[in-house]
Amino acid sequence: MTYYNEMYEGSRVREPYARLSQWVETMPADFRQMKQAEAEALFRRIGITFAVYGEGGDPDRLIPFDMMPRVFEQAEWRRLERGIKQRARALNAFLRDVYGRAEIVRAGRIPARLIYQNEAYEKAVVGVVPPRGVYSHIIGIDLVRTAKDEFYVLEDNCRTPSGVSYMLENREIMMRMFPGLFRANRIEPVDQYPDLLRRTLESVAPAKCHDRPTCVILTPGHFNSAYYEHSFLANLMGVELVEGADLFVDGEFVYMRTTQGPRRVDVIYRRIDDPFLDPLCFRPDSLLGVPGLMDVYRSGGVSICSAPGAGVADDKAIYTFVPEMVRFYLGEEPLLQNVQTWTLWKDDDYRYVMENLADLVVKEVHGSGGYGMLVGPKSTKAEIEAFRAKIETDPGNYIAQPTLALSTCPTFVAEGLAPRHVDLRPYCLCGDRIELVPGGLTRVALREGSLVVNSSQGGGVKDTWVLSE
Amino acid sequence: MKLRIFHQTVYRYDRPVRNLVQSLRLTPSVFEGQRAHDWAIDVSGGIRGPGFRDGAGDWIEGWTVRGPTEEVTVTVTGRVETRDAAGVLRGHRELIHPLAYGRDTAATKPDAGLRELAATVTDPADALDLAHRLSAAVSDAIAYAPGQTEFHTTAAEALAQGQGVCQDHAHALAAVARLRDLPARYVSGYLHSRAEGEAHEAAHAWTEIHVQGLGWVGFDPANRCCPDERYVRLGSGLDASDAAPIRGIAAGQGIETLHVAVNVEEVERFQNQSQSQTQS
Repeated sequence: MTYYNEMYEGSRVREPYARLSQWVETMPADFRQMKQAEAEALFRRIGITFAVYGEGGDPDRLIPFDMMPRVFEQAEWRRLERGIKQRARALNAFLRDVYGRAEIVRAGRIPARLIYQNEAYEKAVVGVVPPRGVYSHIIGIDLVRTAKDEFYVLEDNCRTPSGVSYMLENREIMMRMFPGLFRANRIEPVDQYPDLLRRTLESVAPAKCHDRPTCVILTPGHFNSAYYEHSFLANLMGVELVEGADLFVDGEFVYMRTTQGPRRVDVIYRRIDDPFLDPLCFRPDSLLGVPGLMDVYRSGGVSICSAPGAGVADDKAIYTFVPEMVRFYLGEEPLLQNVQTWTLWKDDDYRYVMENLADLVVKEVHGSGGYGMLVGPKSTKAEIEAFRAKIETDPGNYIAQPTLALSTCPTFVAEGLAPRHVDLRPYCLCGDRIELVPGGLTRVALREGSLVVNSSQGGGVKDTWVLSE
Repeated sequence: MKLRIFHQTVYRYDRPVRNLVQSLRLTPSVFEGQRAHDWAIDVSGGIRGPGFRDGAGDWIEGWTVRGPTEEVTVTVTGRVETRDAAGVLRGHRELIHPLAYGRDTAATKPDAGLRELAATVTDPADALDLAHRLSAAVSDAIAYAPGQTEFHTTAAEALAQGQGVCQDHAHALAAVARLRDLPARYVSGYLHSRAEGEAHEAAHAWTEIHVQGLGWVGFDPANRCCPDERYVRLGSGLDASDAAPIRGIAAGQGIETLHVAVNVEEVERFQNQSQSQTQS
């Protein structure tokens, strides 16, 4: 398998990387080691040590930061941006539809069962139309690249995608350590993200809110692996970080306890999952949420971002229908492609996958973090057979995809620069407008040859640059 | 039938509580079989919060009591005109797709016993026949015996025990119906029982099963019948907790004791019936 190298075309350096190439070539080895140590010390001091995407593991583990940036040129990014925004529009249209008249089901484009029997489908919010019809306000779309102009969507994250603090911190640290690089290259900024996020949240305030909306971030608390990100974003946006116990319902609204007395809250950016939001509507044993919150939400007294029930759009089974959503709701052809996916609960797919395990990637439907997955071409015969036995016990729990030739990006390793596989998660904001900061989080598989970028499996992160014209 | 309803729930706390929040599903449904008049809900010391009709067609009201208080009383009064519609929920405005009721919860999760019970009905003529026979099977398998089960008893546990109350019957029927691919839901409401009748609880629960072509049809395995003019429907959910007429929580360490009084009387014949109970 050949892989698209984002920096080199043969031995020629691609245009966007020209200046970086000089930078690397003129960098003495001891300087690089010194800077790498400095970066690590900076990350530790800031305290950014959480596991991305809820992967579990040691919460105090530092995710390795690679100093070699990943670069997109303007035209590449504009194409990606159009594709991402298109997908975000389609996903929100889908959510409006499945909690409303469900035209897509009536039209026979998606099987009803996949939606209504989905764990993430919340019947409690059927008929509720959130302000501006937006259900998912922050959409993290995981992308991989296989050629110059070929990108695939691996998955959509419509609930509360994490990792954006890495995007911001990676940039901050690069600018602090290498100010010269940012003078020599015209790099589009990403530090407007917190302002854009706040603007997005304010733009979906409920109709009952007449002043400038009060927004808060609702966190499950400091034991949560992404707590750092919650407090980081609250700080940068200038909004309060609250836990369930800091909020209460009184009459028709939700209030926050403050030293100056109760203050009405209009928009809640929640970083807790649906089942824990309100013990009077969902899990009665939840202590993380706010009793009565859902009644206030459903009667238009407060906005919740993402809206309860948004998770039904990012399920692995629904994923295969996203291109269909783009056609159905927008009347457009999808600009971003899905990865071909075989669902093992279908007999034909099951047969095909079992005959071709050595060439495929097999994942658990509800798995995450790179656990419980088989990368056929990178596995031994024994590993494949062991996995086959696992699939046979519960085929419905698996999907399979072709092994993608993930692009590589030069990455600092002990011997100098070497190609390592990367993916990309941009963060699309949906409110009265759809916004995308130029960049995102690039994850890199630090192990040679590895296609798994998850930090629990030896992944690291990089700063992601979009060059201006 | 013209029914007058009085339903009072008194919560007492051994220590004062604050910020009591309740979500009430205590207003009769609107459909061809029933219509409510002069319906009034009051929560002592409470502030009426949001009221709205949800996707299931239920009227939900949020109430808050700031406190501190050691006692909160929820009082519901009103009249309901009912008609026998043979259990069919006709003219009920709701938006939720029936398949959303195919899902089980902890209370209705099937075990070997429920699977076996669901499989006892063979060669049904159609879905309606299947539903009737499943309801009868549940009636046969779980004897009415108050005090033998609790609010947290699951369908599987009640079946294993062979005893239960209307809540257990309704859970068990929802579970076996879903096992046979019929969407099913738990319904809470009131029941008027004639002195000579066999009906049990004035605060009652039964099951609705979705039958293609007919829509939602009620079945009451506790009384071996389909809901008729003696039944007043309040709302539905996947299980008792999801369909609970009152869901509430208070801040504070107070231990709660509960007293419920339900009175459903037929107005014109001036027949009276009063019952107290701790399980609704």
